[in-house]
This record gives sequence, C-alpha cells and structure tokens, in this order.
Amino acid sequence: MKFIQKFFENTKPHVQKGAKYQWLHSVHDGMFTLFFVPKHTSGSGSHIHDFIDLKRTMGLVVFALVPALLMGMYNTGYQHFAAVGELSGVGFMDIFLYGFLRVLPVIMVSYIVGLGIEFVFAQLRGHEIQEGFLVSGMLIPMVMPINTPLWMIAIATAFSVVFVKEVFGGTGMNIWNPALVARAFVFFAYPSQMSGDSVWVSLGGKQAIDGFSGATPMAEAAAGHPNIDIWNSFIGLIPGSIGETSTLAILIGAAILVITGIGSWKIIVSTFAGGAVMGLILNYFAGDNAYMALPFWEHFIIGGFAFGAVFMATDPVSGTQTERGKWIYGFLIGILAILIRVVNPAYPEGMMLAILLMNTFAPLVDHYVVEGSIKKRLKRIKVKA
Amino acid sequence: MSEGLFSKKNIGLLSGPLGTNNPITIQVLGICSALAVTAQLKPAFVMALSVTVVVAAANVIISMLRNTIPNRIRIIVQLVVIAALVIIVDQFLKAFVYDVSKQLSVFVGLIITNCILMGRLEAFALANKPWPSFLDGIGNGAGYGIILIIIGFFRELLGSGSLWGYRIVPESWYIANGGFYSNNGMMILPPMALITVGVIIWIQRSRDTKLQEK
Repeated sequence: MKFIQKFFENTKPHVQKGAKYQWLHSVHDGMFTLFFVPKHTSGSGSHIHDFIDLKRTMGLVVFALVPALLMGMYNTGYQHFAAVGELSGVGFMDIFLYGFLRVLPVIMVSYIVGLGIEFVFAQLRGHEIQEGFLVSGMLIPMVMPINTPLWMIAIATAFSVVFVKEVFGGTGMNIWNPALVARAFVFFAYPSQMSGDSVWVSLGGKQAIDGFSGATPMAEAAAGHPNIDIWNSFIGLIPGSIGETSTLAILIGAAILVITGIGSWKIIVSTFAGGAVMGLILNYFAGDNAYMALPFWEHFIIGGFAFGAVFMATDPVSGTQTERGKWIYGFLIGILAILIRVVNPAYPEGMMLAILLMNTFAPLVDHYVVEGSIKKRLKRIKVKA
Repeated sequence: MSEGLFSKKNIGLLSGPLGTNNPITIQVLGICSALAVTAQLKPAFVMALSVTVVVAAANVIISMLRNTIPNRIRIIVQLVVIAALVIIVDQFLKAFVYDVSKQLSVFVGLIITNCILMGRLEAFALANKPWPSFLDGIGNGAGYGIILIIIGFFRELLGSGSLWGYRIVPESWYIANGGFYSNNGMMILPPMALITVGVIIWIQRSRDTKLQEK
C-alpha cells in the first residue's frame, strides 16, 4: 500500500489548480479517496466521524451484491446450455465461464458510461467525484435481461445518471433509485427488448432445442398457468434478469446488509409482509384465476421481488428516513408490487414500478410521520399542564 | 405616431419572445400543447403556425377594441374573439390539410385555453396599439413555435426514425430486419417531451446566466 500512497502524493502537485494536469483534479481526488480514507476533517462545529465513510458504505453494498452476481453469472451459463441442450456435456466451470463472459461486458458498459459522466460533471462543476455510482453501476447490469443490447444499457445508464442524479444535485439528492430508473427507461423505451420470451436466455447464436420457450416463471403465471419449481426458483436456476433470479444469494446479501447496519431490516421485513398480505387478499378473491391463487411465498421467489426488497427499497437516499415511515414505506411497496403483478396484465413485473412509486411518496410519508409525532407530543404537554 | 414601423422597440417585441422572454422556456406557458402535439414534426409545425396566426390576429382585434371594452367583462370579450379565430383556423385546417387536422384532433380547439393567448391579450394588447400588438403576437407565436419544432424534431427523429414523415434511419438498421437499432418508444410518450423541454431550458439558462433564478 505504501507505493500507492507515494504515487498519489507525488502526482498531487501536478493536478493542483493552475498546474499542467488540472483537468484531472477530480479524477485524482476520486481515485485517492477510493484507496485511502481522506485526512481532511470538518472545518466548523463538532462532528463525530467513524471510518465508514460513503465510499466504504458503497463498497459494502457492492460486496453484498457479489453472491447474487456470481449466481447470476452461473445461471446465465446454465440457462444457455439448458436451452441449447448441451447441459449434460459441460462442467461447472464451463457454465460459469460462459455466464461470466456474457455478463462482464454489461457491467463494463454500465461503469464506463456512468463513471465517465460523473467524472465530467465533477470536473465541470468543480466538486469532488461522488461515489454513489459504485453501487448503481453494479445494480444496473443486475436488473437487465441478459440479451439487452449494450448500447441500450449505455443510453439507459446515461439517462439515469444525468436526469435522476446530476439534475437533482448529485449523489444523495436523487429522488428515485437510479438503477431502477435505468431499468424503467429501457422498459418503456424499448419494450420489445425488455419483455417477452426471447430476451431472458442467452442463446449465443445457437439453435434452441425443441420445446424450449424461454419464458420466465412470471410470464407463465401471468399467462394463467403458473408452473413454479420452488427449489430451482429459490436457488436461482430460472430465466430472469441477470441478478434477480437467486433468492438464496439475495438472502445472503440481505444478511450482510442487515448485519453491517447499511440496509434497513425494517424495510426488508415490511416489504415481505406487505407482499404476503396482498398475496393473501388476492388468494381470497381468486376464484378460478390461477395467478391470483398463487401462494405468496411463490411470489417471493419469482421475478424481482426479493432483489427489489433487499437492494432497491433499502436505498437510504430515495427511501423514507423516519423509523415508522420505513414500516409504512416497505409495506406499501410489497402491497403495490403484488397488486401490479397480478392485476395489471401490461406490466409483468410490479416491483420496479412499486418501488419507484413509493420513492416518489417517501418524503410525504416522512412528513406525516414527523407531523404525527409532533402532534402526539404536543398533546402530552397539554395533559400535564 | 413619430415612431417608425420597425423601430428598435418594435423589433424587440418581435425578437424578445424568441430568446430571453420565450413563452415556453422562460414564462413556462403553453406546456400542455407542447407535450401533446410534438410526437412528430409536421403536426408540431402546423400547431405552431395556427397558434401564431390566432395570437397575432387576436392581439390586433383586442388592441383595436381596447378602448371600448368595459373592464369588468374583458375576459369574456377576449374569449369570444379567440374562440372565433380558433374555429376559423380549425375549419381551414380541415379543409386544406385534413390528415394533420385529424392528428391534432382536439388540440386545435384547445388553443382557446392556451395560456399564451390570454397572457398576451391581458399583458400586451389591452394596453398597446394594433401594430405593436401584431408584432408581439407574431413574436410570441414564433417563440412558441420554435420550441415546438425543436421538440418535434428530436421526438420524431429518435422516436420514429423519420422526419416530416420521411424515413431517416434506414430500415436495415432495425433489429426486426437483422440490424442493431431500435426506436426509442419513450420519445413518443409525453414524459419524454417534458424532459426535452427541461433540457432546452437547462441549455438556455446555462448559456445565459442572467436568466438563472437565485
């Protein structure tokens, strides 16, 4: 580590104001703080600092995403070889390697475009590079179908970074989750690349075997004949967006987030509770509608419900801030997600829209929670007086 | 009366709305129709032309009547004038460009409720002579129109791959024909028009820092 520190100290004079490489100032600063906790402290007032600054927090979230990502890579390969009928002839590493090579370009495009725009904005506006994109850049590939063309991912990433983050003032100011907006952008702009049966499984130019459909369990359920293999859905061997299929890997990520205190367990728990309540309500009115009769635990393991609840809804910037607000916020996400999923045939997955909608209402929820507790305390004062 | 027809002040009436006093990007009026009719360039252009004609003619008529209109019923008088002009324009479009008129559908009729019109009549025509009012109407109509045309240009190009109905993006580029390209469906939807307006406002204000609110 010594030589890295030396490198940054030696190059620092060259990127100061007026020096030759002034335009690299933001980049230098950004890379330095990525490796080391910066030395400078707050100039005014008294603050308590610990070592978990924003970059370290983001690093932990990326770390929590790794199990789901690895599982997503394996599943990409698995779906490919299953679809072309060669599953029996290949080993574990072949499967993983195929998925790895298919997913890697998507991740690279997302990071290069997103960080590129962040660097340009930081330099233009003369502030530090903000680290929020470290997580968004990982989330964006994970919520896309594997067959999404790379240029669409580039455009969606650029759109979400510019119009969701930079327009509102950068990291920590966005009102929606940037990764979800990127997904919503592709969903509405290029619907044929984002839904249907041909986008979820990478065929790699080969012919699929007879009887291959490529439909996700959700699409089958929405078509009225749910056919959910519980074990495969739980460990993630089903068609779906890259990172969302494996509920098991997502739960490992959830454990990391909750133990380190970065993700709010209240939001995760209440989202699942909301989903369960809505699932039971729909079961009651189901009649002979097979999708409405789907038990709620099967809802949790298909589609993006678990992924959204753990990694998207818990985003501390776009979610609610008050403790009671978190319960309400998560609960409504769960209810809306299942409701949109089952009742609205135009949108096969409700999680994306449910979270974006509740992101929009999060400040309102917070407002009424705060007002409510003020009122309660005022009443207490009056009673005593 | 000593003032020339194209004095500096009168030219200012004409050019102001095109730039620093634009009805859409600065006054934020007429947004509704700017989002509704700009999915393609041709309807956007026809709409811009219609609004320009109506606002200029209404400005002249109200300006000529300005000393005889009782103050308490002036809004009703303005509405009658605008409504009459809009119906004339609507009939004209139906007679000569029927397909565009069908595309614009209800939005020609809704010119009556366009805030730019009432705004100009109230703010300008009621207090000025016919000739400056006419220039003001043309200027505001053009300022409205130029934004509509810019939005329509980008929405049609990116959303349909064509301009004025002519194909720009080659058919062979599309995924359905073995290519790589796909039209951006979101550009057809009104939200993207709003974002386009936002980008225009963003660019204008970053170029002209005087316009930025503190």
